[in-house]
Amino acid sequence: MQLVLEKRAERSGTIALISPLIAIGLTIVTMVILFAILGKNPLLALHAYFIAPLTDSYSLQEIAVKATPLVMIAIGLSLCYLANAWNIGAEGQFLIGAVAGSWIAVKTQGTDAGVWVLPAMLVLAAAAGALYALIPAICKVKFGASEILTSLMLVYVADLFLDYLVRGPWRDPQGFNFPTTAEFDPVATVPLLIEGGRLHLGSIIALFVVAAAAILLGRTIKGFEIRVVGAAPRAARFGGFNANQLIILTFAVSGALAGLAGIIEVAGPVGHLQPGISPGYGFTAIIVAFLGRLNPLGILIAGLFLALTFIGGEQAQIAMKIPLDVTKVFQGILLFYVLACDSLILYRFKLVFPNRQVASGTH
Amino acid sequence: MLDPTSNGLHSGEPPLLQTLGLTKRYGDFLANDAIDIDVWPRQIHALLGENGAGKSTLVKAIYGLIQPSAGEIRWQGERIVLSGPSEARRRGIGMVFQHFSLFDNLTVAENVALGLDGTESFKDMSARLEQVSKTYGLPLDPRREVWQLSVGERQRIEIVRALMQDPKFLILDEPTAVLTPQEADQLFIVLERLKAEDRAILYISHKLEEVKRLCDTATILRGGRKVETCNPRLETAASLARMMVGGEIKEVKAPAGRKTTVPRLVVNDLSLPPGEAHGVRLEHISFELKGGEILGIAGVAGNGQDELFAALSGERLSKDPGTVVIEGIAAGHLSITQRRKLGAAFVPEERLGHGTAPRMKLSENALLTGHAASGMVHHGFIDTAATLKTVDRATETFDVRKAKRDPEAASLSGGNLQKFIVGREILRNPAVLVVSQPTWGVDAGAAAVIRQALLDLATAGAAVLVTSQDLDELAEIADRIAVMFHGRLSAPLATSDATREKLGLLMGGSSLEPREAAHAVGA
Repeated sequence: MQLVLEKRAERSGTIALISPLIAIGLTIVTMVILFAILGKNPLLALHAYFIAPLTDSYSLQEIAVKATPLVMIAIGLSLCYLANAWNIGAEGQFLIGAVAGSWIAVKTQGTDAGVWVLPAMLVLAAAAGALYALIPAICKVKFGASEILTSLMLVYVADLFLDYLVRGPWRDPQGFNFPTTAEFDPVATVPLLIEGGRLHLGSIIALFVVAAAAILLGRTIKGFEIRVVGAAPRAARFGGFNANQLIILTFAVSGALAGLAGIIEVAGPVGHLQPGISPGYGFTAIIVAFLGRLNPLGILIAGLFLALTFIGGEQAQIAMKIPLDVTKVFQGILLFYVLACDSLILYRFKLVFPNRQVASGTH
Repeated sequence: MLDPTSNGLHSGEPPLLQTLGLTKRYGDFLANDAIDIDVWPRQIHALLGENGAGKSTLVKAIYGLIQPSAGEIRWQGERIVLSGPSEARRRGIGMVFQHFSLFDNLTVAENVALGLDGTESFKDMSARLEQVSKTYGLPLDPRREVWQLSVGERQRIEIVRALMQDPKFLILDEPTAVLTPQEADQLFIVLERLKAEDRAILYISHKLEEVKRLCDTATILRGGRKVETCNPRLETAASLARMMVGGEIKEVKAPAGRKTTVPRLVVNDLSLPPGEAHGVRLEHISFELKGGEILGIAGVAGNGQDELFAALSGERLSKDPGTVVIEGIAAGHLSITQRRKLGAAFVPEERLGHGTAPRMKLSENALLTGHAASGMVHHGFIDTAATLKTVDRATETFDVRKAKRDPEAASLSGGNLQKFIVGREILRNPAVLVVSQPTWGVDAGAAAVIRQALLDLATAGAAVLVTSQDLDELAEIADRIAVMFHGRLSAPLATSDATREKLGLLMGGSSLEPREAAHAVGA
């Protein structure tokens, strides 16, 4: 008896939908084993991770707040990945967006500047993220440099640049030498949706981005172009579509969205620029993009789910002393299973019995 | 010696390979329904049938790629169950597929090494590869990378790879589909020689004349069942075709009263350096194609036909706009989309991956070439109803058979997908249609539909350029035939004047004028 992978005649739509669920199931099974090895009660741990955060309003809001940058970045990344352009550097574009937007906030600090400050910060952050993403894209198109490597390496450049600014020129003089800017003025802050709550305007922007991406991919010729360039490059060329232009375009769009997510995070929940503004949103968004099947609606759901693991991880750390790093392990295992389960869309498992008695024809 | 051709005279000797009631079921669909065939040593046994008749399923079962649902396979009289192709190869069953399974970025020798199960060193294997290819007259350079090779050369790799395993039984799936008459003749010599070496060959083909000439026995499948086993030499091509399709085949008719009009596609002294290393350089190509006319381009694969297609379609641009003139407008520098807007349409040789995105729906593949000029896009938004309508119209007009209204391109059989692709372009009413290998690997029924469609399009006033390696096809539909050799195009001959001998000479690089023939281009 042999277990073989057999190619399907047509990709299975059903499996494409349930494959992320299978992956989540397998991840949970693995986590149960992991919790047991760590000497924690797996049921209590799962409860802390997945149930407890859903039971109070603060945590629910916090999930939406965490999901906001994840979803915005992942939407941009999904456009790249659909077009076979591998932007791994969203984390860097996120940080550069945060820095560029913060520049306006820092420079207008205490000057009574008008309501234009926040919109200007958003626009500048998006532009900076896009430009930063164009560096690997142009290197790819002009020189054939692997965009995977260059975009990833630029993450560290952005990280250290931010670090330099908040420890040096932008440091808050009244900040007791902590590496942080002063708290942004109210005009430089993303407004809250509920007074005294956590939910902010960024979540609405994220929903708008999801809707725009769904329309782009499902209804427009540009979205079709993105999909066909990734799925069949030679056919795309025959269709008259230019793959290089799309690499530039999708990198710019995803960089802009990451940059936007960066400034919204800084001008929203954080309130000032400091190192460590991102718990790895740019990388986790890669998981969100794939878990969401590179589909805008899927990404929205996957973003909320991954946000749940962030919040649940914090609760599990507080309640059960499970290290926060376990959340990262969880996310890594999840991506692994998602990619593995994706083979089931094009292939199916089949048991082969080489020695089975097959019924003979009548002779 | 036993005569394997006369039926029932194999006393004492069991068939080399036998299937008994072989059945393969996919869900409710019976791909093979209780098929019995006997193949004897020293026999070239044809397997005939339309696309979807079950030929591929049958040979896949024999080659161990799929497990039969019922029935059995006997090898030298003994019942066998094959765990996979490597066991089939170990027993002496070899196969040459119609669709090559080669890695483009590896060399010939590396590809052959990957397909062999043996343990010999790479150096020994390379030496043996050169020796086998020389012995059977199938020249190959083991060091060249596959992406540089023509279709014909790629097929040679597959054949040599199969022969290096010294098979007793060799399955060939439409081997001459991509060969010139001379190349096919060369292949027949190889096959006759294999037969004389006591081997057996199961030969899948659509070309009935070829089967009559080469094969001792023919088994005809239709709708998954065996219709008949006969001696093809005692049948006519027409009677074989009737058994295959279960009725008369529509004959392709050139409608009377076809008139040529103004020049619609003109190529002026087109030269283009090769786009990739070891590609073919196009040199001084000129021709003029009027509306209502079909120009055929013959030639051995890999002599610049692909490059010419890319230059005409705009997948490769020319610096000089005047080299390609479409509908009176210099278009050499225009993109494929702009050329489509001028009224040109293109059908490339590769159906999957070039002509269509395999994993996309037919409606999306209609959009692939129709987005520029077919009212499928309004202000950047796709009109899904319009794309589906194209699918429906192509389905209806060209009898495209598929499981549902809008399946993925890859799920269609070759013939049906080709009908869709040709239909997709013809429904746009092109002024100029450039089509490459329109009926490669397509069954007789679909081929007739496609050729008729090309003729009808020309009658309606379009200029049609057909590149094909099937001389019969060109003779059937073209008004004039030119030959490509080493990136040059010969002057076109009127089809009535283009004998196989003349074309064969041009395809080999000789000139038709006696004075020049003395110092013909050396290959």
